[in-house]
Amino acid sequence: MGTIKVTDLEGNTHEIQATEGLSIMENIYDAKIPIKAACFGCCSCSTCHVYIDEAWIKETGQPSEEEEDILDMVVDLKENSRLSCQITYNDALDGIHVTLSEDTKTD
Amino acid sequence: MTDHPLNIAEPGIGPIDSDMIIIGAGPVGLFAVFEAGLLDMRCHLIDALDRPGGQCAELYPEKPIYDIPGIPVCTGQELTDGLLRQIAPFDPIFHFNQQAQQLEKIEQGWRLTTSEGTVLQSKNIVIAAGGGSFVPKKLPMQNAAAFENKSIFYAVRQISAFAGKRVIITGGGDSALDWALNLQPIAEHVTLIHRRDQFRAAPDSVAKIHGLIEAGKMDLIIGQINTIYGQDGKINAVGIKKTDRSEIQLQGNALLVFYGLTMKLGPIADWGLNLHENLIAVDTEKFETNETGIFAIGDICTYPGKMKLILSGFHEATLMCQQAYHYAFPDRKLIFRYTTSSSALHEKLGV
Ligand SMILES: Cc1cc2nc3c(=O)[nH]c(=O)nc-3n(C[C@H](O)[C@H](O)[C@H](O)COP(=O)(O)OP(=O)(O)OC[C@H]3O[C@@H](n4cnc5c(N)ncnc54)[C@H](O)[C@@H]3O)c2cc1C
Ligand code: FES
Repeated sequence: MGTIKVTDLEGNTHEIQATEGLSIMENIYDAKIPIKAACFGCCSCSTCHVYIDEAWIKETGQPSEEEEDILDMVVDLKENSRLSCQITYNDALDGIHVTLSEDTKTD
Repeated sequence: MTDHPLNIAEPGIGPIDSDMIIIGAGPVGLFAVFEAGLLDMRCHLIDALDRPGGQCAELYPEKPIYDIPGIPVCTGQELTDGLLRQIAPFDPIFHFNQQAQQLEKIEQGWRLTTSEGTVLQSKNIVIAAGGGSFVPKKLPMQNAAAFENKSIFYAVRQISAFAGKRVIITGGGDSALDWALNLQPIAEHVTLIHRRDQFRAAPDSVAKIHGLIEAGKMDLIIGQINTIYGQDGKINAVGIKKTDRSEIQLQGNALLVFYGLTMKLGPIADWGLNLHENLIAVDTEKFETNETGIFAIGDICTYPGKMKLILSGFHEATLMCQQAYHYAFPDRKLIFRYTTSSSALHEKLGV
């Protein structure tokens, strides 16, 4: 167990308990912070798009080719854009800070 | 696709009366046509997409599904095609490329009007809207809305509108590439903008695009649009941030944006139905909403224990039809039959 800091669309930052082995998206969802995640981790929708805090970019690694394809469909892409369903939470990510993008809006 | 051509209606027709209007031609809406058909109810289906299948066809046509009872594995598209074959005997009428917009109570039931002005009437409205209506993703810039459908477009309605224009197209999928190829011969100039030099599109289109670029007949800029310049609905340039973080301006008078589709609940939210976090509350006997004759099935509905699975949607569709039958044919008695042995059902199925 560790924590993830999640800044929501209103700009409020929540510190949530994170479970190893679940993706960052699943951890956010479990913590009941609204995130659309329409395909629930199938890397098909981009509605789990988050911005990774600069300090953590190295730790999260490179997006796969499949993730890059979906990132093509993100409207407000930044250099620190990632799909939160494609990053599995582990100890090395304890304390990671992510900011939800507009794509995650539930409606 | 299927062996049977779909019965697709012209936009803007009506009023047409039918036994059931289904909003959403996803897997659950399609299966509802089957269950309704067994009970002699003829259906109309409305979808914002240009084809049936909902999420299965739009988000994962080629990905596998393993939990359809009796089908160990099939792709999203295969499931859609199978459902279309299954419902073919009931010949439903499809209204594509339009959104169910307005719903009003009339003496004989409900009247529904779509974004294309199609008017349908029925005693039974079935909302099988899934995660919402598929709509194009829009540019994030604040001022972009002021140009929409004037000089910024998320779909092409008339190719001729782009004749002689300096067209800028952004996106990296099939839509972006297909339109770049289609508009190149008639536009004054076409520039394609994409965030990376790889496209997730048909290899043939990608090859053609590279051919045109090498021949100097089209430009490709690797970067992202971050500013829109123009006034009175007319753009005259866009600002582009390139991968090396330098910024450039590109002149143009039409911008086409193809960032794919997203799902939005849309007008259904204003129909006076009980909603829980954008889902429609129903009972688990009839899957009816707080309004008589309005049902919700599939991903869009919620009740204690609801799971967003295709198989659950199939069950919901089946029970819903039992109640809808009583509204469609108040004088008839509903008799339970199996498809295996009922000659009456075999006749309907044409087997
Ligand atoms: C990548 C991925 C993998 C999945 N894998 C599985 C799996 O293995 N097993 C499983 O059971 N489920 C799976 N699902 C979930 C499954 O696809 C959904 O449960 C299913 O699609 C729901 O069907 P539906 O008919 O309720 O809605 P949808 O498929 O969402 O279709 C709804 C349709 O309604 C249309 N619509 C909505 N509102 C309007 C309106 N106002 N006007 C006009 N049209 C409208 C939409 O455009 C859409 O086409 C997966 C989903 C995804 C994205
Ligand atoms: S939840 Fe759909 S891409 Fe991550």
